[in-house]
Amino acid sequence: MIWAAGTIMVPLIAACMSLLLRKRGGLWILAGATGGILLAVGGVTNQVWEQGPLRYPLGGWGAPLGIDWYADGLTVLLLLMCAAVMSLTSLYAWSYLSHESHAGANQDGQSMFTHERFWPLWFFLWASLNALFLSADLFNLYVTLELFSLSAAMLMTLGHQPAALMAGMRYLMVSMVGSLMYLLGVAFLYAAYGTLDLAMLSRVITAGSQTWMPMTLMTLGLLLKTGLFPLHIWLPPAHANAPSPVSAILSGLVVKASFYLVLRLWFQVFEPHVSSSAGQFLGMLGAGAIIWGSLQAFRQERLKLLVAYSTVAQLGYLFLLFPLTGTASIAETAWSGGIYHALAHAFAKASMFLAAGNIMLALGHDRINELDGIAQAMPMSLFAFGLGGISLMGLPPSGGFVAKWLLLTAAWDGEFWWWAGILLGGGLLTAGYIFIVLKRAFATPTVHTTIQSIPFTLEFTALTLAVLGILLGLIATLPLTLLHIGNPFPLTLIRGEP
Amino acid sequence: MSQFQLYGMTGVALFGLGMYAVIAHAHLIRKILAINFMGSGIFLVLGAVARRASEGMPDPVPHAMVLTGIVVAVSATAFSLSLTRRIHTETGRSSLPRDGGT
Repeated sequence: MIWAAGTIMVPLIAACMSLLLRKRGGLWILAGATGGILLAVGGVTNQVWEQGPLRYPLGGWGAPLGIDWYADGLTVLLLLMCAAVMSLTSLYAWSYLSHESHAGANQDGQSMFTHERFWPLWFFLWASLNALFLSADLFNLYVTLELFSLSAAMLMTLGHQPAALMAGMRYLMVSMVGSLMYLLGVAFLYAAYGTLDLAMLSRVITAGSQTWMPMTLMTLGLLLKTGLFPLHIWLPPAHANAPSPVSAILSGLVVKASFYLVLRLWFQVFEPHVSSSAGQFLGMLGAGAIIWGSLQAFRQERLKLLVAYSTVAQLGYLFLLFPLTGTASIAETAWSGGIYHALAHAFAKASMFLAAGNIMLALGHDRINELDGIAQAMPMSLFAFGLGGISLMGLPPSGGFVAKWLLLTAAWDGEFWWWAGILLGGGLLTAGYIFIVLKRAFATPTVHTTIQSIPFTLEFTALTLAVLGILLGLIATLPLTLLHIGNPFPLTLIRGEP
Repeated sequence: MSQFQLYGMTGVALFGLGMYAVIAHAHLIRKILAINFMGSGIFLVLGAVARRASEGMPDPVPHAMVLTGIVVAVSATAFSLSLTRRIHTETGRSSLPRDGGT
């Protein structure tokens, strides 16, 4: 229990301390918080590894009146992903914030993107993500949804640049509408079944309009927050105009959080009553996302917008698991593949956004047409970008390859040729837009441009994230075994029981 | 139609009205108001859900949900309003650009 509580209490305490202490001791708070969270997440992982899925009643009051925390393999894997990506990006953010010329000055000439305003929000975001992954109560999940959306919107608009403010406002509006749709679904579910706990709900739920109406509402609200095609309009400007460490977390973790919730609800609560056409519909939206996002990425002139549209495309892969889990024989493979894709994409996309941020710092802009010769000047950042791109394309031996291999195997074994075709085609399209950037970067520069030197920490963290993404492909059996603990397949497992 | 059904349907109608207004109106303050409408609609629905006809005492769980929801809505509204003010200060605009972003 203490480890799970630690994953939430440590960042909350760190956030309050950053608020109170302002600039003093900032690096100590960061180091202490990161260490504490990694320790706590390690503790939860160890507990789940040894004892199987665990259920913690908060405050000693169990469901139905109290709130339960539920930690199974999926929870733990996502906690680990969050801890790893957030720790490395925190290191990047510290160096980025301390670096004098990260621009973002408002009309008074002062930058608003400062340590004092950043760290409390950052730790609140971390705490709310951890709370979301652990919670097993519908309403508590709504609260954590709102918490991380508000923190993300605040982080996005911290710099006060007009483009970021507009994009952040649009994100806030969309996000709040999505959360409210989810909440209405929760209200209907409570009205029908009288319980908010996921496990209890999965036992009493029956087919009928009182189930599919809230299910539709909640799924649509969460799809809005995830940015699945065609509800993705807010995503590219929001992710591209945010400060670099924030973009990395938005694309890497925040959109995965609402996807995780869709996964939880579909497979733990609604499973027997989800019609196959609903899964097909989500799969079609996912396919649309892959095609549309990739094609739009080709058209972009700015590097960060290209990477943001790449996120739109890669999110489509996650939803390809829904139609594939309709067939029992391939269900677990598809489910593992989708989740592994979320994991690999987090590392790859975070490293790509950090590398893009480094390029922006060095050149002062991120126009793709003028990136000639940047590879010679900033080899580490370009290497990080390239490694991230390899994972997105699905080339071995990256984490993305393992994920796409699992999905492809599931589609092939289930004889779903069109999903397999989409998977393969998406890989080709991804390769296309990644190579646009790499071709430019490795070209010989024709005009001399001044390239500012940037701190080593910034490039090092980007590269480390990318290398971890590749490592995910080499040690894939370990996370997959972890994922197997408490998974919703085979369906003979008593639903909801730890 | 019983009183509770009336409450519930009013709540859902408010939710729908709010959703329409968020999409249709361009001015940011109107959008924020519309989101508050949606929230109030959901709280009405929860109030209706709280009935326990046989015992006569209402169910406290939806009441707790409404209270928490109000707190969340207040903080979200506070942030949206301050963001709207900041947008107006920095850009002079009071609505989002039509084409979906920069």
